[in-house]
Amino acid sequence: MSATPPMLEVDCVSAGYGAVQALQEVSLQVQPGEIVTLIGANGAGKSTLLMTICGDPKPRGGRIRLAGEDITGQPTHAIMRRGVAQSPEGRRIFPRMTVQENLLMGAEALTREDPGPQMEQAFALFPRLKERLAQRGGTLSGGEQQMLAIGRALMSKPKLLLLDEPSLGLAPLVVKQIFDAIRALNAQTGLTVLLVEQNANLALRLAHRGYVLVNGRITMEGPGRALLARPEIRDAYLGGGHG
Amino acid sequence: MTPAAAVRDAAIAALVAFGLFAMLVGLRTDVSPTGGLFLRQRWADVALLCGIVFAGRLALTLWLGRRALRPSTGPTPLTLQLQRLGRFFAPAMLAAALVLPFIPGIGRYELDIGILVLTYVMLGWGLNIVVGLAGLLDLGYVAFYAIGAYSYALLAQYFGLSFWICLPLAGILAAFWGVILGFPVLRLRGDYLAIVTLAFGEIIRVVLINWASLTGGPNGISGIPRPTFFGLPFSMSGGEGSFAGFFGLEPSPSHRVIFLYYLIFFLALLTNWVTIRLRRQPLGRAWEALREDEIACRSLGINIRDTKLSAFAIGAMFGGFAGAFFATRQAFISPESFTFIESAIILAIVVLGGLGSQVGVAVAALVMIGGFEVFRNLEEWRMLVFGAAMVVIMVLRPRGLIGTRTPTIALKEKRIIGKDLVGEGRG
Repeated sequence: MSATPPMLEVDCVSAGYGAVQALQEVSLQVQPGEIVTLIGANGAGKSTLLMTICGDPKPRGGRIRLAGEDITGQPTHAIMRRGVAQSPEGRRIFPRMTVQENLLMGAEALTREDPGPQMEQAFALFPRLKERLAQRGGTLSGGEQQMLAIGRALMSKPKLLLLDEPSLGLAPLVVKQIFDAIRALNAQTGLTVLLVEQNANLALRLAHRGYVLVNGRITMEGPGRALLARPEIRDAYLGGGHG
Repeated sequence: MTPAAAVRDAAIAALVAFGLFAMLVGLRTDVSPTGGLFLRQRWADVALLCGIVFAGRLALTLWLGRRALRPSTGPTPLTLQLQRLGRFFAPAMLAAALVLPFIPGIGRYELDIGILVLTYVMLGWGLNIVVGLAGLLDLGYVAFYAIGAYSYALLAQYFGLSFWICLPLAGILAAFWGVILGFPVLRLRGDYLAIVTLAFGEIIRVVLINWASLTGGPNGISGIPRPTFFGLPFSMSGGEGSFAGFFGLEPSPSHRVIFLYYLIFFLALLTNWVTIRLRRQPLGRAWEALREDEIACRSLGINIRDTKLSAFAIGAMFGGFAGAFFATRQAFISPESFTFIESAIILAIVVLGGLGSQVGVAVAALVMIGGFEVFRNLEEWRMLVFGAAMVVIMVLRPRGLIGTRTPTIALKEKRIIGKDLVGEGRG
């Protein structure tokens, strides 16, 4: 293991809602500059893990460390302030605010710097956003909304980007566009990405490494391509090898 | 809807109306000359009412059915026209309000109405921060109005403090209570929040009634000092130290009224100015984002607690200012002035005006409060007129008089987001 601590280290974390135990002693690591994907079926606990990393719900056991620092149990806004950004499931852009205002919301809470350069980065990544700048968020198409959600998350200059199902409900062509953008972003800026996906095929092709979550437990891990080649993955998540 | 179906629909409405009115209007118990009760039958009135309902329902369905459906990708021509008009409307209203006391024919009575309207404009703008911008449905806003009024009355009574010292204190105290209310409701939204704020408003009123040793209970507090013109009292004797004497004017009771008018005018403008400024700041944008989507706000690292509490506190502060003004204007306050109906009126002003719209709230306050006074000679019918007027506004403009939202920031030209593109407010 290298001398630098992992960007994100989830260590034996358990979490849940009320009587429901959604995560059971989950451990994973994301190294700086890596794209790591977390795949699993509906209800496996993927989104819960992402939200637990963000501090809501608070973990019932285990530790979460960000670049070596313990962030377990801290409030969400404090965790975000340490350089984590999230593009939430279902995009959740602000429908009545313009694209520009949406982007600004990503920057304002966390930095006091000029948001201009970050906005330019978002436009370089998704030129469509620049065309739609004065348009109301709710009038964008689904793909544009996802671009906006990612662009908004990038506004705070994060060290770690958490993406929750960016392919949800989008046409394959648009999904490819977004995944290409994530790959380019990682290659150019070295941004660390933790990607939660149901689309295992695409996610494992994109990611350096992957984890498989089943019923709140990590059952497999390994390099993306290697996981993709495993027959049990092909059976369970890729429709019996036709994916 | 075909005409035949419309007639059928109207007939059903008339039947429902008959079911309601037959007992309520048709039969009336009166005292007979001999002292006993007898039933008076008023079937002509019932027929008239049912006829009105029939005709009204018919007209409504035929008229609504006639309206063509349009794709809602852009503002309608009517909206565009209103926008063009609106550019001159707000400055014109402001100018009219500024010169109102000096317009010939404006007497004491008209000025009093002006003061009342401006008080509600200010309250509407204050509540607009909480409900319109931050999207927190507050049914107990009158509590902060009461806290402001009682703060001034009690501080003046017990410590002899002047209005100008008490005004900021009243605002601070109201803001403090805004935070007190805000803490327990941080996790509540929509209906649940509305219930708790409603209860908060009632708690404050009940405390004011029952804590008689401090507040005078239901008798209220009288003899609250009138405001001074920066130390110069408005006395009728016109001595050396009074307002009239200092400026060498003929002593007149209208001086004080005009002063009060400009005082509330200034306070209302302050509320408006602060709101407009805050909307362009990160805090104001965070309020609006909170109204749109709380979970998204959380994921962007916005501190939900601070954002909500600041909305409650700043909204309450302006309610407190207005309350202190109310106390000094009336010179007498009692818990009766701070009942739930006041909260409801202020909320109605905000909703009718269009959530988040400053001009809309001002117009709605003028229509609601001014109109209510103008139609005073209609006596008990004016409640009916007002109920009908509110229904008509909500049918014609379901998102309030001004349902547009101006972006807080724009690169090149400002584009107004048409009301057709603005989703219905969620509680």
